[in-house]
Amino acid sequence: MMALAAAALKIEQVAVRFGGLIALSDINVTVGEGEIVSLIGPNGAGKTTLFNIMTGFLHPSHGSVSYRGAVLNGMKPHQIADLGLIRTFQRTSVFPNDTVYDNLLIGLHRQGRVGVLEAMLGQPRARALERRLRERAGALVEWVGLESRAHDLAGSLSYGEQRLVGVALALAAEPSMLLLDEPVSGMNASETHTFVQLIRNIRDRGVTILLVEHDMPMVMSVSDRIVVLNYGRIIAEGVPDAIRNDPAVIEAYLGQGAARA
Amino acid sequence: MKAAVAIVTVVVFASVPLWLRDPYLMNALITTGIFIVGAMSLNLLLGFTGQLSLGHIAFFGIGAYVSALTSLGFDAGLPFGFRIVHDPWPPVAGLGLAIVIAGLCGYFVGLLSFRVRGAYFVIVTISFAEVVRLVALNWVELTQGPLALTNIPSITIGLPGVGDLVLRTKLQNYYLVLAVAVAAYILISRLVHSHFGRAMRGLMENESLAVSVGIDVTKTLTLAAVISAAIAGAAGSLYAHYIRIIDPEVFAFINTVTMVIMVITGGKGSLAGPVVGGMIFGLLPVLLRPIMAPEAQWIAYGGVLIVILFVLPRGIVPSLAQRFARRRSRAKTVTPGVFSERDAEEHA
Repeated sequence: MMALAAAALKIEQVAVRFGGLIALSDINVTVGEGEIVSLIGPNGAGKTTLFNIMTGFLHPSHGSVSYRGAVLNGMKPHQIADLGLIRTFQRTSVFPNDTVYDNLLIGLHRQGRVGVLEAMLGQPRARALERRLRERAGALVEWVGLESRAHDLAGSLSYGEQRLVGVALALAAEPSMLLLDEPVSGMNASETHTFVQLIRNIRDRGVTILLVEHDMPMVMSVSDRIVVLNYGRIIAEGVPDAIRNDPAVIEAYLGQGAARA
Repeated sequence: MKAAVAIVTVVVFASVPLWLRDPYLMNALITTGIFIVGAMSLNLLLGFTGQLSLGHIAFFGIGAYVSALTSLGFDAGLPFGFRIVHDPWPPVAGLGLAIVIAGLCGYFVGLLSFRVRGAYFVIVTISFAEVVRLVALNWVELTQGPLALTNIPSITIGLPGVGDLVLRTKLQNYYLVLAVAVAAYILISRLVHSHFGRAMRGLMENESLAVSVGIDVTKTLTLAAVISAAIAGAAGSLYAHYIRIIDPEVFAFINTVTMVIMVITGGKGSLAGPVVGGMIFGLLPVLLRPIMAPEAQWIAYGGVLIVILFVLPRGIVPSLAQRFARRRSRAKTVTPGVFSERDAEEHA
């Protein structure tokens, strides 16, 4: 076991029921500051449900989630975003009818708050802020390497490029912790490789990362720690090498025969 | 480029009274201008948040009644034996109050109804307009009911060095409406290009993503409703002081429908859309009147509406802007004779 840094995110005894269906039960996960933790598990294991709980899109039937000491239960998604806990989405990760550049300007919402009256009257402070936001959006476009696509509609980009825009959007919101929901699905091998570099870069800026992903080589190479979910329960937790050889994990993914073999 | 088009448009409108002497057409232009301001406010909701307010005329009518009552004064009974007596104030105060009270109504309707979106919002706004109409019709002591509020004073503005100027003539009112329309246009334009406008766009396009980057749904949508209602209230106030008689018919559903037609045909979500759609559907009935039998006029009106929506389904302004942009990019990138016309379409 590695020594844990100060805990950033704490999930304690979380359970979720949809009517009679138990989607998650007795989930306890702690993510330390500056860690890269991956959440893996077969389809339907409850990974996205857990993401939705952490970001206020769903509320747990039992248990609590806290981030940097603040209890998130009952908070709305935008309030959780204000704490610096920002997520991306599996499928619809962009604003499709806006250009990539405008997508990032929307993502910079938290940095751009100015009185509506000030904005309508076109006051100097509002205009100066607007200029700064535009510079920042330009820098973010460059940082994810989409300069040549900056003025194309986000909806017209390839799947892999849209994922990049989604991550840039989340970064625009200045997260202290980033929740990435299957960020490399739809990317080819070289795009994935670049993306792994990007994730490490983000972590080096001091951002804690929690990742849901199916791409095992990518998960194994990037994670400090891995949490495995199956049927709404945690079945294993540990460093990549331990998870790779864990019989319970192999069974969950490949079936009983494979585990015995 | 855009600024040039805007300046030319304003100059053309400002020059109209110089060559148009027909008072009937001037009257049509003034009322159309007032309705265009209403349509612009509707566009703020419909085009930028995607919420269809089918009771938008309520805010317009509330503005008209508030402004009229403020400048006429009233003496009305309240429950439990209270009375409320108000002495006449200058019409400009009426305009201010119309904006504030219509905005407040927008706040309450927004707060109630953004919990229920889409079709529910449409129904809440229709009901709101109908309730307000019934109040105006039946609270006779305050509103004179179907007898209408008459003799509403014209807007008076105090000019330094000149003294009070009463805007009684069509010419004066024309410029007043033009000034208010330009001001409303600039305000809305700044708003939609600010971070607040981007929050609205974000919510319309992908609400989950928008809230996940920190955009507050309720606050953003309620604020949009307040500003939209306040602008509609200002338009209503102008209407009251220009027409100088207001009855509950101002709340008629057809007035909301007219505004919706102006916005949809002109192009929702486009700043110039309501102006273009408004000029067409505001003036069309007036222009058709001398050349057609009354029953044919409305058939022609509907025909024009259907043709526009068929040919330019996204609205006149966005469709034309797109074609224009495509032609320009084609001129830039395609060497004549190398690509066939069809290839050029695909490359554009």
